[in-house]
Amino acid sequence: MELTSPTDFAKDIVQSVQDYSLLAGRSLANLFRHPRYFADMMQQADLIGVGSLPIVVLTGTFTGAVLALNSAHTLERFGSLSLIGQLVSVGMVTELGPVLTGLMVAGRNSSGMASELGSMVVTEQIDAMRALGTDPTKKLITPRVISTIFMLFFLTIISDFVGLIGGGIVSSLMFGMDWHQYWSSAWQTLKFQDVFTGLLKPVLFGFIIATVGCYYGISARGGTQGVGRATTQAVVASSVLIIAVDFFATRLILSIFGYR
Amino acid sequence: MAAPPTAVENRLRTTEHIQSPVIAFEDVSIAFEANSVLEDISFHLNRGETKAIFGIAGSGKSTILKLAMGLVKPDSGRIDVLGNDITQMREEDLFELRRQIGMVFQESALFDSLTVRENVAFRLMEEHQISEEEIERRVRESLRFVELERTVDMFPSELSGGMRRRVAIARAIVTRPEILLYDSPTGGLDPVTSTTIIELIVKQRDVYKTSSLLVSHRLQDAFVMASHYFDRDKGRMLPLLILRQGKIIFDGDIHELAHSKDEYIREYIS
Repeated sequence: MELTSPTDFAKDIVQSVQDYSLLAGRSLANLFRHPRYFADMMQQADLIGVGSLPIVVLTGTFTGAVLALNSAHTLERFGSLSLIGQLVSVGMVTELGPVLTGLMVAGRNSSGMASELGSMVVTEQIDAMRALGTDPTKKLITPRVISTIFMLFFLTIISDFVGLIGGGIVSSLMFGMDWHQYWSSAWQTLKFQDVFTGLLKPVLFGFIIATVGCYYGISARGGTQGVGRATTQAVVASSVLIIAVDFFATRLILSIFGYR
Repeated sequence: MAAPPTAVENRLRTTEHIQSPVIAFEDVSIAFEANSVLEDISFHLNRGETKAIFGIAGSGKSTILKLAMGLVKPDSGRIDVLGNDITQMREEDLFELRRQIGMVFQESALFDSLTVRENVAFRLMEEHQISEEEIERRVRESLRFVELERTVDMFPSELSGGMRRRVAIARAIVTRPEILLYDSPTGGLDPVTSTTIIELIVKQRDVYKTSSLLVSHRLQDAFVMASHYFDRDKGRMLPLLILRQGKIIFDGDIHELAHSKDEYIREYIS
């Protein structure tokens, strides 16, 4: 195996960051340029949003349920079982809902985008599209980015909601808590900053999922093996970025609104 | 105010326009990483001309077409396409120019998730101004040209290699481009299918007079193209005929032409 010099390695990283930044910037700037592909956006929204709905609902429900289950035992020891609704609500809306939905959608769609675009690159379909006078960033990337941001926003809301229902089912069936008490404490504890945090994160995560997936797809080289590598890298990079950006976004929001 | 051009001036301008190269490479060089692929390449493709470039695999044939299309940028030199120096153009502006050029890729490069109809209609649909009826008419006309009208609702994966290549030709010619670029159009095909593809290229050359640049590693493609013409009445490619004083003095292929003992023909081809 040929060893890469540290200089070349550093250059490759800088080049990759530059290429990714250009692609990400262009994917949004294309919104203000003609032509705009609304039909492709709708098709992608269906694939990303409706297609991801089952896994998001299942993940959200069980996350809310297990959150209630774990916290109930601790709260019971302090005689504060009534706080379970608040805990599930804040946990789901600010953190687990956005992050887990983001990770699920990244696993399903970031890989899908990388493999689809990667296959198009290695079979010269991207070059053919350019040769036919169509900008692939407008036709393929912008619709995926916009649709992912838009659909992840709503998927996260659904995930938060079913998570609260999951937590409610565990609280009432396993710990005998009153359903109305659970629901009103869960609802009333939410503040503006919780909802704002919970709705800002999916916008950031959606952007990461789509741009990372498209970037690895469009940069795929080396036939089917290269496409496979791009797919894996897209999932790994988008998942790591989601968690890292989650930390920095939370820190930023806390510095603006302060602790609860 | 300047006087309007005279008929002679107009004629001269038209002649100049016809004779001006549609593609001109001047000292073009390109290297990928440390490998020099093309070094100081210069050639012209004149309007209405069909030029074939030959070379072994990896000699940079496809790169020439990608350079002509502006898909890759040269390291040095100048490339003029339809009067535009494409080495200085932004990608955004190149999209407009590329709409006047058709390209047939080596492996067809059809969009595998679209049907044959959608593939051929792709460029027309992108223009957003053509009615669906007009698109359908032009798609069928292009597919009829390559004799594949029956495949209109099929997907590329359902077609043979030769059929895919013919659909790629239909997609390239649907907008009646000014220039056609063929990247090894017969590569990997059996002799019969190769002849069918070359016949389509000859048909396009003789019927629509489109300027074409073809790259290939098969010399016989050039011989067939050079020694045949497309007969519109008979609807097929025929060997060359040479006339002298109202009489046919030669009717045959390039091999027979090269070995002809007729003094007039020998002088004619020398």
